[in-house]
Amino acid sequence: MRPAYSVILLTTLIGAAQGLFLALFGADLAGRLALGPRPEAAFLATGSAVAIALLVAGVIASVFHLGRPERGWRAFSRWRTSWLSRELIVLPAFGATAFAWGAAHVLRIEPPLALGIAASLLALALYLCTGMIYACLPFLREWNSPLTVLNYLVLGIASGTTLAAALAAAFAPAFAPGFAGWAIAFTAAGLASRGASLLRNAGLAPRSTPASAIGVDHPRVTQVTRGFTARAFNTHEFFHGRPASVVGTVKWAFLALAFVAPLAVLAAALPSPSVGAATLAVALQMAGLMAERWHFFADASHPQNLYYRAVA
Amino acid sequence: MTQLALVIDLNVCVGCHACVTSCKEWNTAGEAGPLPDVRPYGAEPLGTFFNRVQTWEVGTFPDTQTVHFPKSCLHCEDPPCVPVCPTGASYKRKEDGIVLVDYDKCIGCKYCSWACPYGARELDPTDRVMKKCTLCVDRITDERLAPADRKPACVKACPTNARLFGDIHDPASEVSVAIRERGGYALMPEWGTRPANHYLPRRITPPSAEAAAPGDD
Repeated sequence: MRPAYSVILLTTLIGAAQGLFLALFGADLAGRLALGPRPEAAFLATGSAVAIALLVAGVIASVFHLGRPERGWRAFSRWRTSWLSRELIVLPAFGATAFAWGAAHVLRIEPPLALGIAASLLALALYLCTGMIYACLPFLREWNSPLTVLNYLVLGIASGTTLAAALAAAFAPAFAPGFAGWAIAFTAAGLASRGASLLRNAGLAPRSTPASAIGVDHPRVTQVTRGFTARAFNTHEFFHGRPASVVGTVKWAFLALAFVAPLAVLAAALPSPSVGAATLAVALQMAGLMAERWHFFADASHPQNLYYRAVA
Repeated sequence: MTQLALVIDLNVCVGCHACVTSCKEWNTAGEAGPLPDVRPYGAEPLGTFFNRVQTWEVGTFPDTQTVHFPKSCLHCEDPPCVPVCPTGASYKRKEDGIVLVDYDKCIGCKYCSWACPYGARELDPTDRVMKKCTLCVDRITDERLAPADRKPACVKACPTNARLFGDIHDPASEVSVAIRERGGYALMPEWGTRPANHYLPRRITPPSAEAAAPGDD
């Protein structure tokens, strides 16, 4: 598949926004339950503002994916069958509840516990919807796995908690070590779950073959021509057009940037992570996750490509 | 329940592309048109088509067969492109099983094309909505046309009669008989999409049959 930059930005930015909100609410909830000190309202307000900004930036990027964004409202209608429709309903619902929770902190009002819980459940539901958009397509076998959903969840929370550590280092240093600890845990979990999906996909054998594509039972079926020499939607949308060496390089780059480097930076910065170290971890990890998302698309091989192998 | 479909006879398709051009002509001028081309005479043209004719080779030289292979939307009985559509623009008609796109509801998210294993859908770069074969729905339902003309443009255009059109749920229809008697098959059955369109396999014609009756036609 051709990596769509709008979708790469959407999924990485909103994933971090959801993770950041979950980290903020988690810290506040722990404080409420007297498991630790409560974060100050000013910090929660700042963090919520960053989460909302990331969410809005992601949505703006996603608009460029649509041919007819002015009709986007129609996408709320098919939630019974379409995970994309569900995502587009849950996303503003999460945004609205997270905004209300953050606004309450701005106004120094104690938000009801139910509001934070609702926003958290919507954040988790949004990870599920985003992951299922890809995981539900049976013939994109690299995506058709529960690991896809798990990766969207774990990688999103990892980037959000790393961001929470950086924000805490700047505005609430007492909470920075705690967030950094969670960031290390989720980044390590992300390395495990994404590594598992890489291993799974490396061993996938294609289910469709040239023989099944045209229905001729013979071991040697080759395309002579796809029937036209010009470009077409089918020759663009489903081919990333890069040599396999580039895809391989991106794989090692994202494993290093999204997981190994932030783990090393955060671990070295403990027990009291500096703003610089935590910000470096955020920058490395976000760049790494964008490369990870690029690879996620490029690695997926669509069976329609069997029909578009030879020009003439 | 009616399920309209094409049955394509690979035994007689000669790969002339008449169905491609006829499809393009009808559908760029018809009710759902235009079907635009970008830079049609430029260095890098880009066009939207509902139907393509490909050429494949089976076997190893000298034991090879050339297979001309027309490909369009297969109007699956269980179309994976329909449930994924977030707007309901992609739908399957209850009355005749045709899979259609409502161009006025499509937001151009391309998700349905990802969900089609056959590459049957093409995003129109000018209208920025998804397009696909309609089985010439505006033509086959037009009662002003003579009944013999209420067929898809590709079917009417084929000089070798390689394209049959009809209701595959009617066991007595021409297409059902052809599927039944000539081993009609579906593409990529491994995905369970149950394509309505079927293909008729190549047949071995013994050379002696022609030699036995010279000039018999």
